[in-house]
Amino acid sequence: MMDLMVTPAHYVMLAAILFGLGAFGALTRRSGLMLLMCVELMLNAANLVFVAYGKQYGDTGGQVIAFFIMAIAAAEAAVGLAILIGVFRTRLNLDVDDLTSLRDEV
Amino acid sequence: MFLELTENILTTVPLSFHIFMALASFTVLGACGVAFSQNIVYSAFSLLATFAGMVGLFGFLSNDFLAIVQLMVYVGGILVVILFAVMLTNKISEVQSSNPSNNIIAGLCLMGLLLTVLVTSVFSYDWQTREPGPYEPTAAKIGDAFLGPYLINFEIAGLMLLVALLAAVVVARKEVKFIEDNEAQDKG
Repeated sequence: MMDLMVTPAHYVMLAAILFGLGAFGALTRRSGLMLLMCVELMLNAANLVFVAYGKQYGDTGGQVIAFFIMAIAAAEAAVGLAILIGVFRTRLNLDVDDLTSLRDEV
Repeated sequence: MFLELTENILTTVPLSFHIFMALASFTVLGACGVAFSQNIVYSAFSLLATFAGMVGLFGFLSNDFLAIVQLMVYVGGILVVILFAVMLTNKISEVQSSNPSNNIIAGLCLMGLLLTVLVTSVFSYDWQTREPGPYEPTAAKIGDAFLGPYLINFEIAGLMLLVALLAAVVVARKEVKFIEDNEAQDKG
């Protein structure tokens, strides 16, 4: 007889799937904007685990940490998009494979 | 095992499990759209679906305050800014080539590896299920925590947001000035 209560294991599984999809996108996409979106996806997955554990153990700390992660995600999105718009102004595309100015040509 | 599972689903499955599965599949579908869509605008709107699913999951975890904050910060803030950036930078008319990706096979292999590690670590632990308590509003507790044990973190987070927004303004404006300086130097 399987117990079909929603346990933290379900939330961790869901977060693992979300994190995997975000990591896949961040590794394969060539647009800088897609990198940002996939990083947001991974941060959301981490958020979900924090909140699920906070609920499980009756601790407010999980929600507080999730709140801080949201603040960091907002800061990251603001700075990242500013950088991307700067890159777009100078290069007229956002392909991260083309950003090789700092690469050592050896 | 699967027969038992289907029997259980047909007979005695609590409603909360159905709600969770619906929210989870909605969220995962949105994430799949982000990861696999060929059009960057579709990817951005799939991200909207993912964030909406997360709002539902936070609500399902009876975190009302965090659900509202998620709605306001992610959907109302980050996603709108990302959509602005998509509309400002990408050539929307080139639908087929607006969202290229490469090394899909290697990415899928790495994702499979990561999922294997995470899932085996999930199943290697004996999770204890707690009965869900009565619903309580969480905003007051979070406020107490912010002004109690997490005061330093809270202040630093506020400072970091201020610095990050100033930095975003500086970075977004600097390139124009830099180009103009270069042109002035070229002319002079």
